[in-house]
Parts: sequence; C-alpha cells; structure tokens
Amino acid sequence: MYTVNFLYIQYIVFITDSTMGILSSSISLTRYRVAGILKPPVIETVATGLGKHTISEIDNDTTEKIFGWTSFDRPFRPNFKDRSFVIGSHFVFSLRLDKKTISSGMVNKHCAMEIDRRTAEKGLPFLSRDEKRRIREHVTVLLSRRVPATPMICDVIWEYKAATVWFLSRLKSACESLETLFLRSFNIGLIPMIPYSSAYLTAGLSDDEKDRLTQLSPTPFVAEND
Amino acid sequence: MIDVAIAYRRYRFIGLEFLTWLWFILETDPNILRNLDSELISCRVGKRLVLENRRDDQLETVTIKGDAPGLEEARTALKKGALIAEIDLSIKTAQQMWEYSLKGENLSLSGFRLPTIRADDSVQRMDDAIHERLLLLEKAINSINGLFHRFIKIRISRKWNEQVVPDVQKWITSQEF
Repeated sequence: MYTVNFLYIQYIVFITDSTMGILSSSISLTRYRVAGILKPPVIETVATGLGKHTISEIDNDTTEKIFGWTSFDRPFRPNFKDRSFVIGSHFVFSLRLDKKTISSGMVNKHCAMEIDRRTAEKGLPFLSRDEKRRIREHVTVLLSRRVPATPMICDVIWEYKAATVWFLSRLKSACESLETLFLRSFNIGLIPMIPYSSAYLTAGLSDDEKDRLTQLSPTPFVAEND
Repeated sequence: MIDVAIAYRRYRFIGLEFLTWLWFILETDPNILRNLDSELISCRVGKRLVLENRRDDQLETVTIKGDAPGLEEARTALKKGALIAEIDLSIKTAQQMWEYSLKGENLSLSGFRLPTIRADDSVQRMDDAIHERLLLLEKAINSINGLFHRFIKIRISRKWNEQVVPDVQKWITSQEF
C-alpha cells in the first residue's frame, strides 16, 4: 500500500516538474507570429495537422528521442478528434518532447560486466578492440529499450485570428522543435517575436520608419574613455 | 524583412537598449507608463537584474538578485558601459499584481506567476480558469508590447539622439544615481 502511494506521489511530482504549461503556477513564454493562413475549415485543418504529428511512444523501442503534439489536458492520452483543443478563440495544445537519458556510467557498468562474462567464457585475458566496440553498441541498444523516456511538455496557445502563438517555454531546443513541427504540420511558419521582428511587424511603422529601423546601430550610452 | 536568424544577432542590442531605457524611465519619468496604461498603480524593478557588457568581443555579465537587491552594482556596471539584458518587473494595477522577468534579446518572459488552478475542477471550470489565465497573460503581453512600441518609435526618431541619449547619459553619470 505504502509502495503504491509512494509511486503515485512520485508520478505526480514527475508530471508537475516536467510540465511547462498554462496550468502551472509560474510560466515562461516565447512569442511568435504566424506567417500565413490555413485552409478552411480551420478547426478541421488544425485537428488534422495535430493528429498527423501526434507523438508516439518510444518506450520498449531503441529510439532515443522524439517530439510531437499532444493534448494539453491529457498529455499521455492525446486526442484531437473531440476538438478539446479549442478554448474560446484559442487553440490550446502541447508539444511533447520525450528523451531517454542513458548515463555513460550505466553504459560502462554493463559493458564491463559483459566483457568479464565473455573473457571468462572464452578463457581469454582480454577482448579485441572491435569486439569491445560491438559490445558497447549492443549494450547501448539494450539499455535504450529498457530505459523509459523522460517527457517534457510545453503548452502552445494559438490565437488564430490575431496570428499569434505563445509557446510556454524559453528553452532553445524546445523552441526549435516547435518551429519545425509547426511548419511540418500546418504548412505555415512561425516568426519569433524578437525585438527586430516585433518592431517591424507589430509596431505599426511606416515604410520610412522600417528603413530607419533596419539602419539602426548600437547607442554608446557611455563614452569609451569613461 | 531581414531573415530572423540574421536579425537576431544584428539587432540584439535593440532589446538591451529597450530594457535600459525602461529602467531609466522607471527611475525618472514613471508617468510615461501610466499614460500607456491608466490602470497602472506602480511598476518597479523586482528581485533580479542581469547586465551585459560587450567590449572587443569580450562578454562580461553582472547578475544582481535578492529580496531587496541593492542596485549599486547595477549602476556601476551601467557606468562602465553595460546594458540591461534581463529585468524582473513588479507591476501593480487596481486589479492585479504581476511579477515576471523580461529578457531583452528575445522579449521572452519567465517566472510569470498566475493564480493556482485546482486539479479536480470540472471541465467547464477548468476552461473558465484557463480563459481567465489567457486574459491575464494577454493583458501583460499587451502592456509589454505597448512599452516596446513606444520605445521603438522614439528609438528611430531624431528625439533619441537629440534628447533621450543625453538624458540617459546624464542619468548614468549623475551623482544621485
């Protein structure tokens, strides 16, 4: 009984820690502008894109990492057919990135055990370099199958009419995965709202002002010899 | 428009100048903020400030943090030519109090605190709570956009070199600061 409760508590802590979402008490956020429009009917097009690139499980598989879409409220049982990703005027779903982490220490330990076993079996003092390499590859594949993937879940909030996407993470690798998967799923790109693009696209600048923006250079607030 | 990857490196300084200007107006003319948002009661620097100084391809970073951080080190770094790379802001309006960290290079937010949602809430209540959170986020983001748009209009105008830069220089080198 204690074991079950303990595992349950561990599971809750694990889910909470690995979720960067709209339900968290503290969030991080990267902003994007959507560069294009979808084929109507929009909700169906979004559901199709999400469904086509829903994350697959890689536990019991040799794949080391994978990313794909999942439902924000059921990250381990994704379903986009029920339109639960539509909340008011927003589309809310998640990017899930699963990665298996196999420490070099764990690989070394299993390699050493296998080398000991084979040298004893063959009655040799040592194994060839090639055989040790093959053992290492074999051990890595075996461990990849046995080690479960650690999920990271980052929510995506897309306001279609305003052409904005808020991605609830600031991690560079997660942002890159989002940009790749968004383009692949919906055939439209995301423009990160860095200062330049934010000024160029959303500040209501005239053509002349945009030219001046492009010609800007850093301001020396303090003289070099100060 | 220039490719974003190129623009990210070439115009990275815009975001750092924006945060430096923001601290300048918070200290010298906070009414500008109230003109942008009539509900604003106060806006001040929060618990953490990161400054960055690039000279001859050498990067120096100064991080100041604490519950009530003294900003003397930040001021010294500014006097040496550093700019604000990341700033914690504490914003109070009639209805809400927000705290978040704003990063200059990509205008991303972190540590944005939102009201807690109970996990056992019904679907409808959950949807309502999410909707409420989205509205809060939208409000905060609109206020950052408003500030940034105000800054960029000044930054590309003559006023920047003729009035703002001398004022900022005076502020940085002044005895009171």
